[in-house]
Amino acid sequence: MATYIPEEYEVVRNYDLCTNCGACEKQCANCVHKFNKAANKMVADSSKCVNCHRCVCICPVHALKIVKSQDVYRNNCNWSAQTMNEVYRQADTGGVLLSSMGNPNEFPNYFDKILVNASQVTNPPIDPLREPMETTVYLGKKDAEIKRDEKGRLIDTLSPQLKLNMPIMFSAMSYGSISYNAHESLARAAEELGIFYNTGEGGLHKDFYKYGKNTIVQVASGRFGVHPEYLEAAAAIEIKMGQGAKPGIGGHLPGMKISDDVSATRMIPKGVDAISPAPHHDIYSIEDLRQLIYSIKEATQYKKPIIVKIAAVHNVAAIASGVARSGADVIAIDGFRGGTGAAPTRIRDNVGIPMELALARVDERLRQEGIRDSVSVVAAGSVRSSADVVKAVALGADACYIGTAALLALGCHLCRSCHTGKCNWGIATQNPELVKRLNPEVGYKRLVNLLTAWNHEIQEMMGGMGINSIEALKGNRLMLRGVGLNETELRVLGIKHAGEDI
Amino acid sequence: MVIEIDEKTDFRTLNEKIRASGDKAVLLNGCIGQRYIATGVSEKDITVHGTPGNALGAYLNGGNVYVYGNAQDATGDTMNGGTIVVHGNAGDATGYAMRGGKIYVSGNTGYRAGIHMKAYMDLKPVIVIGGRAGSFLGEYQAGGIIVVLGRHNDGQPIINNFCGTGMHGGKMYLRCDSLPKSIPTQIRAEKVCGKDVKELKDIVCDYCRYFDADAAELLDASFFVLTPNTDNPYKRMYTNN
Repeated sequence: MATYIPEEYEVVRNYDLCTNCGACEKQCANCVHKFNKAANKMVADSSKCVNCHRCVCICPVHALKIVKSQDVYRNNCNWSAQTMNEVYRQADTGGVLLSSMGNPNEFPNYFDKILVNASQVTNPPIDPLREPMETTVYLGKKDAEIKRDEKGRLIDTLSPQLKLNMPIMFSAMSYGSISYNAHESLARAAEELGIFYNTGEGGLHKDFYKYGKNTIVQVASGRFGVHPEYLEAAAAIEIKMGQGAKPGIGGHLPGMKISDDVSATRMIPKGVDAISPAPHHDIYSIEDLRQLIYSIKEATQYKKPIIVKIAAVHNVAAIASGVARSGADVIAIDGFRGGTGAAPTRIRDNVGIPMELALARVDERLRQEGIRDSVSVVAAGSVRSSADVVKAVALGADACYIGTAALLALGCHLCRSCHTGKCNWGIATQNPELVKRLNPEVGYKRLVNLLTAWNHEIQEMMGGMGINSIEALKGNRLMLRGVGLNETELRVLGIKHAGEDI
Repeated sequence: MVIEIDEKTDFRTLNEKIRASGDKAVLLNGCIGQRYIATGVSEKDITVHGTPGNALGAYLNGGNVYVYGNAQDATGDTMNGGTIVVHGNAGDATGYAMRGGKIYVSGNTGYRAGIHMKAYMDLKPVIVIGGRAGSFLGEYQAGGIIVVLGRHNDGQPIINNFCGTGMHGGKMYLRCDSLPKSIPTQIRAEKVCGKDVKELKDIVCDYCRYFDADAAELLDASFFVLTPNTDNPYKRMYTNN
């Protein structure tokens, strides 16, 4: 007895407009639409619909819309339809529930409860259109000892730095989880914007070595595609210890997704599962982490910054303190709303903490311990707008990673079905027919548009505060006020409530 | 080039010297725990007298490393090519995630030897352990070959617990009369026969060239070959949600 689960969404077609052109049928990898010859009209099977909006966007006469289905179970505030359906799915299959993208549930979003300051009368605002406004940031250790030679000239003892034209980078998304065209779009946009994209743990495709100076490569527990040229090609190397969407969980790319090209990039045989377990099996302590960091530094002759990415979890401040002492140049903190190509639902929806709280605590802890300058901090896990970037910087971040926002720019409509591999937008798929729907020429320009706009907005918000350098905003929590937050939340964030003055 | 080392020698200075040396052959005397020797190196012949530290030959991409002494942890981590020969024991995580090249250890290894070992196209890594291996041998093995010869004589078992947990590719050969009881059910264990005989013989002969052992004598024994059990694979069935 397999339970019939009523469709969540219903495809509604306006037959006055539909011309039976069949575009929706061609575009839907989930086979929702088909032409019914007998009735001489297009019909839809809503039960297959994932609500990705591809058909809605592509329909030349706008005859389609997708609405929330009216077929709901009896109202129950405790047992939502989603919760009931999950029970049915597991009773049917005995399987572990699998989801994609970030945690969609109703948890407080602290960025939405923080407001930014602006100057009035004294310390006047600055107009970014007329005056220089610095958003360039350098990621890396800033704790160099000042040394001079016998003639008094400065000796450069600064650790390697990453120069970003704006405090934003594209976060780790592997080739395998996203498509070749998505990677090309990210790489070209990073190059044009003077920022970085991140290969994730799936290796670096041979075609993309030319974007090396704007590339961060990842080393994860499975070490896929990691070899000396890979490390050499990149501007920086990120050790993935954790991911916000699935703290404590590793990755498992099923063999069926290991195409020829993905196999060559990961350097594993075609069709064999790519398993990267949660732990690195040589890291059980900060000292062990230090060993991996230094083995990479040795392999790259200390020329590249090493980033350590951790998930935001309960004791994140103590963990970050250890990471800062392990020799890492940059710590990336990934909050619980961060996206993923596939994660067990229970982990995604129940494990980890909000990035805003984690970031505030990490910055505070590193300052208290006097080691804030020995490491840069990158915030990740649902940075949705330039305002989120400004707030994250004021909470102590040197820069932010964006993943979901970048995918939205490429066409993603957040249907959260990446794990099915049938992305109609050509992003989270390896099906060549689907991949070619994403034109990298268009995709990279859209990413450039997005971040150019964000950078201008960041400059405007900085100007409003009378700040002309992003460095002066970093950790400047007096620029922030909370609304509707309780004492504990304000204390953890290290900010005052709106209406309180200094 | 010969480099004399003592306990005051910093690993970074030492490794810079090795990299800067124009000589193909580099001899290190008196090594005492210096880490990352031969890390990311290719096309050098490095001979180490003493005890090299952790991560010897990490990301090694060719050339040879000979150790006259014991090696510590993470020898050949993520190695891509070349050969490491240890005249002694090797510590934990020997050959972690190695994709190519060969590691020969005359004695024993610690925990997690050959974990995450993989193979790709013409890259087919090999680890030969002369004595016994600690727990978690070949965990998550996805490719390549691990051989354990059991030449130790301390009465300990040839392998320990959790051998091959999560293994989904590659092979392990164990030289022992009876199969250790601790092999998980997801592993198929059979007496060596057919094509495997030749493959094993070649690997054992290579081992004997480095360590002055008698190949015929070593091969005249019972060997088991361990592979992932395709009849009983790891199933982690997911349900789309």
